[in-house]
Amino acid sequence: MSDKKTITFALMDPPYENARCTTALRLINIAAQRGYDVNVFAYEGAVGLPFTKQSPHPNAVHGHDVDEEDHPLPHEWIDAIAKLANANGGKLDWINCGLCVDERGVHEALDFVRRGSPADLWKWAEASDNTLVIPTK
Amino acid sequence: MASYLLIESRDPFESNDVTSVYELATGLIQEGNEVTVFLVQNGVLPARRSAKSQPLTGLADIGVEVLADDFSLRERGIKPERLADGIGASALDTVIDHLANGSKVIWH
Amino acid sequence: MGLKVLSIVESAYRATIEEQDDTILWTSTALKGAGADVDVLLRGNAVNYGVKGQDASGLQFGAKKQTQPPQLEDDLQRLIDLGAKVYVTTDDVAERGLERTDLIGGLEPISRSSIAKLCADYDQIWHW
Repeated sequence: MSDKKTITFALMDPPYENARCTTALRLINIAAQRGYDVNVFAYEGAVGLPFTKQSPHPNAVHGHDVDEEDHPLPHEWIDAIAKLANANGGKLDWINCGLCVDERGVHEALDFVRRGSPADLWKWAEASDNTLVIPTK
Repeated sequence: MASYLLIESRDPFESNDVTSVYELATGLIQEGNEVTVFLVQNGVLPARRSAKSQPLTGLADIGVEVLADDFSLRERGIKPERLADGIGASALDTVIDHLANGSKVIWH
Repeated sequence: MGLKVLSIVESAYRATIEEQDDTILWTSTALKGAGADVDVLLRGNAVNYGVKGQDASGLQFGAKKQTQPPQLEDDLQRLIDLGAKVYVTTDDVAERGLERTDLIGGLEPISRSSIAKLCADYDQIWHW
């Protein structure tokens, strides 16, 4: 079993626009599987990741109804990762940049998500074993 | 000296600026650091042997560890036998290993 | 010794009109104001942020005027005034047809080939 670590991620991309969100969640999932404490500072479009008003849809081109299509909703993936972290002795902590939430109107988020600012990112960075910024383009 | 992990998510077919990562990797290894370049997403496209693979093989030749995310390779149908010289497939766990071990990790 | 971070800004003019600033220069300023030991490296197209005389004013959508356009050179100056080192990559400046005199004062020139050495001065490098 690995020693417990604390890793902070800063994310910028909104869901459904590029591959970076998926890779970020893959990384966070690995850390959760190891029982690490994971902090996520969501900046800009990334504040849309834990937005609970995402909803699934059918896919006529695939010939799937809504259940068959089982369309991914990032907030569900994040919720599952949080449960995985807890089950393995770790924790997922998530702060959305408050100003970014306001301008995008994505106020409804998973219940463990809270508002914050860059000062929170710095506090986490200082207290973590390491920090990875995943930039947008 | 330090350990660096440079994550390259962009590819040279679409982005001129991947050369900046190759240059940085070269500079860092010349400074005596341990350097790994980890290709992910479309960043694995030059891992399939082509004219664009040469800079990556060149990095491996000077001691940079060049790895490609196995999921990104599989997602793009890049089979192991088609990988350019000096490039190895790796699980994404490598990134978490580096973060946990205190490497300086830079995502491009 | 506390955490020392180099923030690399490469992407430029990405949503700067809607945000009325560059969000990474903004974050770096906020971090600096909160006491963080953070410096900035401008590379790629972001070296253009140092150009004097940028003017994004005058946009109007229907009757709605933008009253606070971004003022990126001022934002950079603010960061310098707060004590951040702001490096600018000289190769990228030259490639874009810029002379040193086109840029605001206070920027620290650095060649691309020196960036590897610069990284040794920082605990973490955040590439935005």
